[in-house]
Amino acid sequence: MKNKIIHKAKGLSDRAVAWIFITPTLLLLLAINIYPLIYAISMSFTNFYANKLGREIKWVGLKNYAKILGKEAIWERMQITASFMFWTLLLQAIIGLSLALLLNKKFKGNELLTTLIVLPMMLSPAVVGVFWTYLYNPQVGLFNYIVNFFYDFGSFDMIGSSTLAPWAIVIVDTWMWTPFTMLICLAGLRSIPNYLYEAAEVDRANRLQQFIYITLPSVLPFLLLALLFRGIENFKMFDMVVELTSGGPGSATELASIQLKREAFEKWKTGYSSAYAVILFVTIFGFGNVYVKVMNKIKDR
Amino acid sequence: MRNKIAILVSSIVFALSSTQAVKSESITLGWAAWDPANALVELSKDFTAQTGIEVNFEFVPWPNFADRMLNELNNKGKTFDLLIGDSQWIGGGATYGHYVKLNDFFDKEGISMNDFSDATVYAYSTWPKGSENYYALPAMGDALAWAYRKDWFDRPELNSEFKAKHGYDLGVPENWDQLYDMCTFFQGREIDGQVRYGAAINTERGSEGITMGVTAAMYAWGMQYENPSKPYDMEGYFNAPNVVEALEFYKKMYEDCAPPGHSDAYMVANLDAYKSGQVAFQMNWYAFWPGVSKEDADGRVTGFFANPSQKVSAATLGGQGISVVNYSDKKDLALQYIKWFAQPDVQQKWWDLGGYSCHKDVLGSPDFVNSAVYAQGFLDSMGIVKDFWQEPTFVELMLPMQEHVHDYVVNGKGSAKEALDKIIEEWVEVFEADGKL
Repeated sequence: MKNKIIHKAKGLSDRAVAWIFITPTLLLLLAINIYPLIYAISMSFTNFYANKLGREIKWVGLKNYAKILGKEAIWERMQITASFMFWTLLLQAIIGLSLALLLNKKFKGNELLTTLIVLPMMLSPAVVGVFWTYLYNPQVGLFNYIVNFFYDFGSFDMIGSSTLAPWAIVIVDTWMWTPFTMLICLAGLRSIPNYLYEAAEVDRANRLQQFIYITLPSVLPFLLLALLFRGIENFKMFDMVVELTSGGPGSATELASIQLKREAFEKWKTGYSSAYAVILFVTIFGFGNVYVKVMNKIKDR
Repeated sequence: MRNKIAILVSSIVFALSSTQAVKSESITLGWAAWDPANALVELSKDFTAQTGIEVNFEFVPWPNFADRMLNELNNKGKTFDLLIGDSQWIGGGATYGHYVKLNDFFDKEGISMNDFSDATVYAYSTWPKGSENYYALPAMGDALAWAYRKDWFDRPELNSEFKAKHGYDLGVPENWDQLYDMCTFFQGREIDGQVRYGAAINTERGSEGITMGVTAAMYAWGMQYENPSKPYDMEGYFNAPNVVEALEFYKKMYEDCAPPGHSDAYMVANLDAYKSGQVAFQMNWYAFWPGVSKEDADGRVTGFFANPSQKVSAATLGGQGISVVNYSDKKDLALQYIKWFAQPDVQQKWWDLGGYSCHKDVLGSPDFVNSAVYAQGFLDSMGIVKDFWQEPTFVELMLPMQEHVHDYVVNGKGSAKEALDKIIEEWVEVFEADGKL
């Protein structure tokens, strides 16, 4: 019997063996990824409420989509999310790259400093959210104290003010995730062979020219990759902001994912929120695809 | 040797079976994690002593309470046999079949709802409202009230300064205008070398906080959610001029009386602000007053009063009834607990331990008013309470209220009328989807 199986297995082509190995994973992926996605899409055309189980589920066609896309409040949340992403990515790119350039120099305590800088990234976002509410406290908060130490703005409330709250979440996210872009940029910098700089020096290229023509092009694919990860993460940012502001004041920091959670798991508008989720999915999927294409082009250059 | 093994095996089997026997005689009760929950743990020890049924508890912090429990109910979870669910859940609990209807059980066991305060039966037990369908036993009476620094009020120099300015004595405010005068009097004032502020009021955005604060003002201004003779007709009621005025007043309170950074605050933040000596007043639930009262030390003396009136006397309802979860496998044990809990002597002990009994024997006893400094206020409040919508769709109704009120009061966006109009607009949508309009 045993021999028979071995004999049979020996007769299988490489391709067949590959399929045998990959099938369990594929099935699992279908079951936990693709099936829920298709299910959510089909839900999005109904008026289903997951908390009203006895209720008849009606097919409503594109009504949910029309409602979402026509709603001013949804566009406001999209704008809030877009501006959050824009500023966090911009700041993390600039600060992350600058830190990486500094740490790329050889000096004493370099390793220790890198470890220290990377620390915020290792914390739980929920914890970060909670302790920054203390740092932002207008009466005893360290953040307000430090800002007022340099220039006395008087009493200000980062979380309670609609103009400052969006910046409050940008600052915390930047504080927490700049180390991530820094690490990846650092990996990029370390991969640049030294002879390129030596050759440039022979050609009498100055420091700025070396940076523009060697460092930046070499590190750019790494930076873009880091920003892709950060972009996807921040598009679905939830925990840190909920702990920090609960989306407030009013809805000044209510990101799309926070609103989605409220529609889906507090109001239980399952059909409606499925449509919302599909729209968000298509948006990030579309952006992601375009981004990867651009990134590959840059890499090829 | 063989014998030894046999003995060992049989003793293990016995041990396992006996732990299982103990396990089957236990129930799990879910509630919010707050002071009264500790009192209930203490009280329930008597139940276990009498019946041998263990009571396990799972207490969830308030900000996540509704999320956690409603998820559990919607998923037909069996975690809880008993649930002390918030008053607004009763509509959903009854309509979606989460709670066991208790009428037959009450009849069989001779438990009469007439023994419990009418306002609490109406608020915590019945659905549809005012009917005689009971889905809970009133467990914890509660309303929103105020605590103040009586020791500061009693200082002659402060009183005379206040009187010179406003023409009347510092004391329990008779209406919201007086409350505002007193709050602004303390705002930014230095007392004993520390800067103090007026009042810690509810402003929380995430769950129900700011709604539970702003309605305290709205009810006092005579707000009605809907046309009394035409249900769900809200235009001209919920956005009437008196409600607009109340909302504007609450914003004024937030801007002129709250301590800095008090923009996302509810129960715990208010308690903290008061405890650290920042504020002269705090708004909070009666449930916390035993704890606040006990903490008075270093010269701090706390006084308590019911929500001040303005155009009418009214207070925001808190509190909960205890229900049997329909998905539980141990409904009979859970019902035993309710039967035990409904007894007058258990109810008396419940009050003594720091819970708020709703039983008429307790509330009507001659010693009740003198049993705590806040007892009279509690009695007064429970006669004038009003609650948010208790519809099955109450969360859908709560979220727009939270958003637009917070947007107006804290964020300063738009006008009070606009905020109320937006809320009505979304409420209409909810009622339409629910087939009520």
